[in-house]
Amino acid sequence: MSMNHGLPVDLAAVAAGEAPAMARLRASLLAAASADGLIDVAYRVVESPVGPLLLAGTEAGLVRVAFAREGHDAVLAALASTVSPRILRAPARLDEAARELDEYFAGRRRRFELPLDFRLAGGFRREVLAHLPEIGYGHTASYAAVAALTSSPRAVRAVGTACARNPLPLVVPCHRVVRSDGSRGAYVGGTEAKALLLDLEAAPPR
Amino acid sequence: MEAHGTAVLRVCRALVGVQDADDVWQETFLAALRAYPSTEPLNAEAWLVTIARNKAADHHRKAGRLPVPASRPGGTEAATLPGGTDAGGGDAVVHAVEAGEDAAAVWAAIGALPKRQREAVVYHHLAGLRHAEVAALLGNSEAAARRASADGMKALRARLAGPAGLSGTEGRGL
Repeated sequence: MSMNHGLPVDLAAVAAGEAPAMARLRASLLAAASADGLIDVAYRVVESPVGPLLLAGTEAGLVRVAFAREGHDAVLAALASTVSPRILRAPARLDEAARELDEYFAGRRRRFELPLDFRLAGGFRREVLAHLPEIGYGHTASYAAVAALTSSPRAVRAVGTACARNPLPLVVPCHRVVRSDGSRGAYVGGTEAKALLLDLEAAPPR
Repeated sequence: MEAHGTAVLRVCRALVGVQDADDVWQETFLAALRAYPSTEPLNAEAWLVTIARNKAADHHRKAGRLPVPASRPGGTEAATLPGGTDAGGGDAVVHAVEAGEDAAAVWAAIGALPKRQREAVVYHHLAGLRHAEVAALLGNSEAAARRASADGMKALRARLAGPAGLSGTEGRGL
């Protein structure tokens, strides 16, 4: 434990039992702070077939899903500066999101039914994200086809940017947007993750 | 802020005792959460320790007694572990109890220090603040904070190595 680095050996005994005490304190702080409306962003990390996923939510809904390659610490720091520094690890608040993601990866869920908070995507990016759920499970659409759905049908590159910066990957299915030549294209979670998701969705229902 | 939870817990335990530390810890973090959007501390840990110190002072004022850190052996984590000591006695339980007793001995020794030395030792050695930050808290100079910390550690080592101290630390660091 890094906290004990530099603790004089004579005093090292004080660290005994600190871990369970901290777990207990964190839980009770969470309850008290929630009751007082002091937590603006709750987060947890869940394991998944595409690696550990950071889930963050506000009172309005799920606000961020982040892959490990995005750097979870960096994502939390960005949330602290853009949403609120009052961020606390609060697994229970994201139980519903974690459960729906589990079902999705198990092939038992084809669409998400979570309240979403789109505050991290503004303007045209939000417009693009709003159209992505129209691409059904197991289907793909080209960047150009998505652009055609928007108010700027020629903004193909901007659609690519909106997908690359999707704050809610997986739940808002930017992985279903592929290149016009049929190749799968880039993905915020990496090309391997994109392939895994498209293969998962192409598999017969279980 | 969570990263500093353990450091703040140690400060609370040193200032109000293990039994009451949890309450003061929670009050500290709730106060910090309330203040946070309007207060952008340059050094979050020193800021949290300052709040904890104030909350500990409030606690003593409310309790209407002098700050005497608890050294009650029953106030250690080991005592709250599930299973207890009479549950057939797994090694883990025995170790936890022994660790708890060792911790209680250290807390008792820290509690026996003069207030200045106690605070300097706790803020610097247990919470990891720099001497300059300790000096800001104590309202003295960096040199004085450094000296108080060194004197405190010397006194602690002598006490812990004595007959009432930890058997395991005898002779170490002297």
